[in-house]
Amino acid sequence: MSAPGSAASGVPHLDVDPFDVTFFADPYPTHELLREAGPVVYLDKWKVYGVARYAEVHAVLNDPATFCSSRGVGLSDFKKETPWRPPSLILEADPPAHTRTRAVLSKVLSPTVMKQVRERFAAAAEERVDALIDKRSFDAITDLAEAYPLSIFPDALGLKPEGREHLIPYASVVFNAFGPPNQLRQEAIERSMPHQAYVAEQCQRENLAPGGFGACIHAQVDEGAITATEAPLLVRSLLSAGLDTTVNGIGAALYCLARFPDQWQRLRNDLSLARGAFEEAVRFESPVQTFFRTTTREVELSGTRIGEGEKVLMFLAAANRDPRRWDSPDSYDITRRTSGHVGFGSGIHMCVGQLVARLEGEVMLTALARRIAKIEITGEPKRRFNNTLRGLDSLPVTITPA
Amino acid sequence: MPAITFIHPDGKSDRVETSGGESAMQAATRHGLDGILAECGGNAMCATCHVYVDESWLARLPAVADDEDALLDGTAAERLPNSRLSCQINITPELDGLVLRLPDRQV
Ligand code: HEM
Ligand code: FES
Repeated sequence: MSAPGSAASGVPHLDVDPFDVTFFADPYPTHELLREAGPVVYLDKWKVYGVARYAEVHAVLNDPATFCSSRGVGLSDFKKETPWRPPSLILEADPPAHTRTRAVLSKVLSPTVMKQVRERFAAAAEERVDALIDKRSFDAITDLAEAYPLSIFPDALGLKPEGREHLIPYASVVFNAFGPPNQLRQEAIERSMPHQAYVAEQCQRENLAPGGFGACIHAQVDEGAITATEAPLLVRSLLSAGLDTTVNGIGAALYCLARFPDQWQRLRNDLSLARGAFEEAVRFESPVQTFFRTTTREVELSGTRIGEGEKVLMFLAAANRDPRRWDSPDSYDITRRTSGHVGFGSGIHMCVGQLVARLEGEVMLTALARRIAKIEITGEPKRRFNNTLRGLDSLPVTITPA
Repeated sequence: MPAITFIHPDGKSDRVETSGGESAMQAATRHGLDGILAECGGNAMCATCHVYVDESWLARLPAVADDEDALLDGTAAERLPNSRLSCQINITPELDGLVLRLPDRQV
């Protein structure tokens, strides 16, 4: 008999901590170890199953009835522990509840809506490049990867100007909280009160400017699609997942293009590759590294029997570099066919904001490549540690205008 | 296995063998066909797998679902009455010979 938390026999047990700062510093050798140990592994440190190969990650993501989200997509099992904040109505929900809230956010962030905001996003990207060309030397994270989304996304949501400095710290708490009870998580939650208070306030209808994504969510109450108590929580999803993710996505693209000048040249020669260059950076760096699911029943996954109520950790980043799925997985190739990568997830929970992320990435890289001949890294890049997000804290660069 | 034909905007065509239970989008990307981007990997979220269905086949396809209909309003190239998302067209034996025309752009 296998009690919850104990592993079935036969599954390889690994003594690795994928939430440790030494792992974050260089996760790739461990990703390989996890992939090669077997299709399913068991991590003794946190008593969870893990999947790191593309096929199994994809399979888990696409079987939400067996691998559910409503018991939390972090290590904490909502059936056994009280969540640190009221659960998300979309990320941490299963069908049929998920289907309804998901439809609302899909509508608010649809391809049609992207057509309407495209020009504004592109103009802001041009302005950012103007400012950077004046500077020549700057930090590609704070002055670009953060500054650009901050210049458009809060406005697109309809947030007030005051208090926006809480946004990135709040998101950093959210993504740390998916991890195990390590120092990163504990400290983040301890310091989260002011950020939580800010966010709760901004999600209210009266604090969201007309025409923005936030107001559009509240308007769905009038359509009868959601209730007035659900709307603020759905706005919260965009505040949690819509900013820091794209900061790390754009940061990933810049870090790639600065490290691989041949790819930068290719992009400069053909600006239509900008969208692909961003997408490939999301595959290559996987700004969102991991998510968990919880089993709703006993299940056999690629020969391993997993009991009910077990946590399964999906290594999205390792799946995105699985040589079983990708040719030359460790090379950044802006012309790669990236369709099917799991950097935005897959299946019913696949990132509902992916079109926003791609639009930001595309217009920013287009504006840069049109006007900048060269990007050189001029100082040691510093990593930012988070239980879920992968990205840099600082990337000093000098640019040469075209 | 059923085969389907994609016609590019320049008139060139590609015949693609499908394998069991695949969507038209999956068959296209598996063969490395240019002109289908499929950014969301077939999750009906991106509208970058847009195709125009040859008129003679239109009636033989299952109806457009509501979410597909909404996405089609956001395609990069003009939406026409025969516009579909290729990730939502599952290739069954009855669709052997299906002809799909590619739009001039997907984003
Ligand atoms: C490069 C940027 C981004 C990355 C890498 C990313 C990644 C992801 C991933 C992996 C998931 C799947 C979660 C799961 O399966 O449990 C997800 C879901 C989600 N994302 Fe994103 N995301 C990004 C940008 C955004 C943006 C810009 C927004 C909002 C405007 C957003 C909002 C959401 C929401 C609300 C969900 C939950 C969807 C659901 O559960 O149905 N994300 N994202
Ligand atoms: S592949 Fe994205 S909608 Fe068809």
